[in-house]
Amino acid sequence: MAYPQAAPRQEPASPARLGPAAASAGPSPDQPATPSGKTILSSTDLQRIVDRIAHQILEKTDGATDVVLLGIPTRGVPLARRLADRIHTFEGVRVPTGTLDVTLYRDDLRLRAARALGRTEPPPGGIDGRQVILVDDVLFSGRTVRAALDALQDLGRPRAVQLAVLVDRGHRELPIRADYVGKNIPTALTETVRVLLAETDGADEVQLRGGQAGREGGSGRDRR
Amino acid sequence: MTRHLLSAADLDAATATMILDTAQEMANLAGHQVKKLPTLRGRTVVNLFYEDSTRTRISFEAAAKRLSADVINFSAKGSSVSKGESLKDTALTLQAMGADAVVVRHPAAGAPHRLAGWVDGSVLNAGDGTHEHPTQALLDAYTMRARLGRVAGLHVVIVGDVLHSRVARSNVLLLSTLGAKVTLVGPPTLLPVDIATALVPGISVSYDLDAVLPDADVVMMLRVQRERMTDSFFPSAREYARRYGLDGPRMRRLPEHALVMHPGPMNRGMEIAPEVADSARSTIVEQVANGVSVRMAVLYLLLGGKPS
Repeated sequence: MAYPQAAPRQEPASPARLGPAAASAGPSPDQPATPSGKTILSSTDLQRIVDRIAHQILEKTDGATDVVLLGIPTRGVPLARRLADRIHTFEGVRVPTGTLDVTLYRDDLRLRAARALGRTEPPPGGIDGRQVILVDDVLFSGRTVRAALDALQDLGRPRAVQLAVLVDRGHRELPIRADYVGKNIPTALTETVRVLLAETDGADEVQLRGGQAGREGGSGRDRR
Repeated sequence: MTRHLLSAADLDAATATMILDTAQEMANLAGHQVKKLPTLRGRTVVNLFYEDSTRTRISFEAAAKRLSADVINFSAKGSSVSKGESLKDTALTLQAMGADAVVVRHPAAGAPHRLAGWVDGSVLNAGDGTHEHPTQALLDAYTMRARLGRVAGLHVVIVGDVLHSRVARSNVLLLSTLGAKVTLVGPPTLLPVDIATALVPGISVSYDLDAVLPDADVVMMLRVQRERMTDSFFPSAREYARRYGLDGPRMRRLPEHALVMHPGPMNRGMEIAPEVADSARSTIVEQVANGVSVRMAVLYLLLGGKPS
């Protein structure tokens, strides 16, 4: 049995594959760091975005009193925690957070070797009757979010479901949109958006990597 | 590596650990309002049982159903096997029915290996004669990890009818792969030292249960398999129980944290005393529950991804 090792669910961004060159990429935005990756969002940008989305959640949900944040592994999880932290800082509301792994609900399981599962931890108090905000790093085809909606249904019955993403890179394949978007980044299908977070990758940064040379189509398409 | 699970020896440490991690997540999901997952919708799992079984068959059936696979149960009794159909012809029939996986239990060692050459789907060995029972070893390792936090470095004592035990063989292989130290204990007639050392060079063997108990983290009691015994391997059941049965006084000689395991079905009063089987150290009921999670993990990892 050729089992794969745990692979990041989306836009794989294992620091090992970045190599030393990309890791030392300059933090300033818009500076083409290496031929393989351009920094789109710096750590300061990322911090401002999280602050803004936290404010938007408070505004849109009327104080976030019945809100729970569900992060989709891998990088949605630390993002959900950061949002909860900021919401607490701004208005003193403690928003419960949890995690929701969608691997077993995906519609593209049979396109790749079986994947390792992430953790699903329902927030304390559950999701029944609450306003659930799903949190993910990149919104692309929308298939992950569709899987998340199915997974959510098996967990309970929320009053409403919203979606917060750090980056919307377009190319939707399903009628899904985000309620809170950090940054819209127009991309080509051959490009890869890489979100790095301090909790999982050691530093905060969002990169766009060109996909032309020798890898057109392939990785961008079936990776969704 | 193949797409089948035929032997615990097929699993390296990374693969075995991945199965245990996946099983852990499967166990967490069992706490949800809806226990069924859509993962294997439209896939067919055939349970092909040529030997009696309660927990293994039901466990595989429950695991497949929780993953939304269609399950076909086939037992040799009441089928064309009693009319003389060969394993190969049965396999071709299953193949024609489009089985994505065949879970097979057979009295002949090696039957799953043969089957794997005849069908396109995955073959899962659910026990072949006195040879192997890999998912049992996985669920035993899972149970140890769940209770004691790790498998590596544990001292596991496997006691009893090692000669006839496929559970012992698979456990010896898997536990050694995962870094545990295994000691086999039993009467000389039921302890094939040459086979044991061929499986894992340097494995320890003892004929004295009392001597190894104080140093054990896990004691795994094997069932005395009278149905496979053609000779008299020990003078009487009473004598066996006195020398190799785990009773209350022996259990109290174990370290505080040590576990008592049994793959079931038990001969109460023979290899294990009722007092021990029902004690807090005993993981026997837990092992059954863990069996479903582990088999879900194996089915998912074999069938969930791209067909190889």
